[in-house]
Amino acid sequence: MIYGMPEEEYIAPGHGACAGCPLPIITRIITKASGEDTIIVNATSCLEVVTSPYPHTSWKLPWVHTAFENSAAVASGIEAAVKKSGKKTNILVFAGDGGTFDIGLQALSGMLERGHRICFVCFDNEAYMNTGVQRSGATPLHAWTTTTPLGKKERKKPVAEIIASHHIPYVASANPAYHKDLYDKVKKALSFDGPSFIHVYSPCVPGWKYESRKTIHICRLAVETGAWMLYEIENGFVKINRTPEKRIPVEEYLKTQKRFSHLSKKDIEDIENDIEDSWQRMKNLEKAKARI
Amino acid sequence: MSEEKKYCEKKYCDVEKVMECSCAIAEAVKLCKPDVISMYPITPQTHIIEHLAELHDSGKLDSELIAVESEHSAISAVLGASCYGARTFTSTAAQGLALMHEILYIVSSMRMPCVMAVANRALSGPINIWCDHSDSMGARDSGWIQLYCESSQEAIDTTIQAYKIAENKNVELPVMVCVDGFSLSHVSEVVKFPYQLKVDKFLPKWNPEIKLDPKKPVTMGPIAYPDSYMNFKKQQADAMENALKVIKEVNSEYSKTILKQNGNGLIETYRTSDAEVLLIGVGSMIGTMRVAVDELRKKGIKAGILKIKCFRPFPKEEIIKAVKNPKKIIVFDRACSLGNMGVLGLEIKSLLNSKKEFKNCIIGLGGRDVRKIDIINVVKSKSSDEIVWVNLNG
Repeated sequence: MIYGMPEEEYIAPGHGACAGCPLPIITRIITKASGEDTIIVNATSCLEVVTSPYPHTSWKLPWVHTAFENSAAVASGIEAAVKKSGKKTNILVFAGDGGTFDIGLQALSGMLERGHRICFVCFDNEAYMNTGVQRSGATPLHAWTTTTPLGKKERKKPVAEIIASHHIPYVASANPAYHKDLYDKVKKALSFDGPSFIHVYSPCVPGWKYESRKTIHICRLAVETGAWMLYEIENGFVKINRTPEKRIPVEEYLKTQKRFSHLSKKDIEDIENDIEDSWQRMKNLEKAKARI
Repeated sequence: MSEEKKYCEKKYCDVEKVMECSCAIAEAVKLCKPDVISMYPITPQTHIIEHLAELHDSGKLDSELIAVESEHSAISAVLGASCYGARTFTSTAAQGLALMHEILYIVSSMRMPCVMAVANRALSGPINIWCDHSDSMGARDSGWIQLYCESSQEAIDTTIQAYKIAENKNVELPVMVCVDGFSLSHVSEVVKFPYQLKVDKFLPKWNPEIKLDPKKPVTMGPIAYPDSYMNFKKQQADAMENALKVIKEVNSEYSKTILKQNGNGLIETYRTSDAEVLLIGVGSMIGTMRVAVDELRKKGIKAGILKIKCFRPFPKEEIIKAVKNPKKIIVFDRACSLGNMGVLGLEIKSLLNSKKEFKNCIIGLGGRDVRKIDIINVVKSKSSDEIVWVNLNG
């Protein structure tokens, strides 16, 4: 064990991810938690492209990619087949924010409603990065993308709350800078006999425009400024995992990324308010001790 | 009757019943023992999944059923299950098949032997729930084997054969079993079901070498660059070519061990030995054509029929043989490639020499009746138009 995680590796080096890309870090941690009795369903995404250029593969686990929007449905079929065979293999879905928030949301909703024992993991880099940085439902307020050259005018879709509203056993948000937290959350997700969802913060070097060595630094800043919240929703009850004693001003986070370089004072204020609003919502839900 | 005899009757006798075609397909699926079935309602296919759900809930069907939230997910779910090595079934029609379109190509390129029933229905718009072939003909190039049925019995026999064809090592391609919406799917006829042990022997359990197995991990559905994509496609084309032979072999084995079949699995002919006019079509219209041909013959017109049972792969050799002697070829199409001619017409024409008299009739779109009189009138017509829209004024 290293840092409380098994030494076994299920994703091989030699993949084609950009320098500084957190995807290999995140997938290493997640697969260490799920172990060798795991099947991975990968939505069309950067992860699929960089790990599977035929005839090479980075995967030491059974892995399948079919299309963009259907990974939850493909996983549903696999889960039914696993059930028929009498086995209890873990099934993970790996999808980006486009494949989760937008085009994949219908299939995901169906999967959740039907109650398949699948852990759906969303790597959220807050835009369509595989196609070259286009706005998605996960893009935050005022962020630059190639389809929002003046900044996005809308807030980020609260996808975890939408998912939790399906009354599934477990929803969590995670961040690769808090690797043991991520590992433990995957373990926990897989302990439930039903669907689970893990929303992982996943910076993108070329999409967010920062230096490749800063990935984990930005991951940590996101949590310390409150821009990324770490929480769990277990059987509908919200629990915030980490509340910074005093939140660092969000400007410190925003100025690490050129996607925010155009912001006015007012824009930054908007973002502060947006973050504060999200925190208040979650705090109220936690305090209310009422099920989502 | 002794208990033993009852047991024998039940297990070793073919059963004859009057049944709606959709239910008959569901019963045939049950005989094939699929592991996973995905279901989504769409007219006129819905009776198939309803009957499957009834069989399941009454304990007669031991499959995992997934009631998905769209046809896109229906086909995706069976694709996933197939990757795990499960035998699968789903069914759809029209808009449902159109919604599946993206995934159809992925199922065939991943070489998954999924079997799907299509209750043929016109594509919107305008919205219309009745029969034509625009849905499945639109999926012509998706890499699926397409078998069109004339009767409920043929739908049963074809469904059982479909798995054997799809799972053949030299094929490994998905199969669409097409039945005309309403005009076949909702028709009740006397049908014969083979007994289970016979089907078990004909169709052993599918056990693919490559599947999602944590004990032997594989990567499925990788990204293929220009240096390999084309080679994957050539392999699919070769598999389609192999299927021509396999379909005939499977049909012949079925004919010998289960139930006598009329055609060779690819085509069927009717009164063609001395035919001067050859009518070509697919699906339930063939039944009407048979009556029309009998009547024409009484009036001295030597007509015959070439039924295309298998549209993909296209049985060129058989067709070239069948069109050789007749002077005139008339192709009846329930799907039009707008801007050109009927889909089947186009393909048949590509096999004819330029001297052959050829006519392409667009008929029965959106559920308009394909009547005996329409077929007779077309044969008798002196018009030299190559493309004719039949019974356009209702």
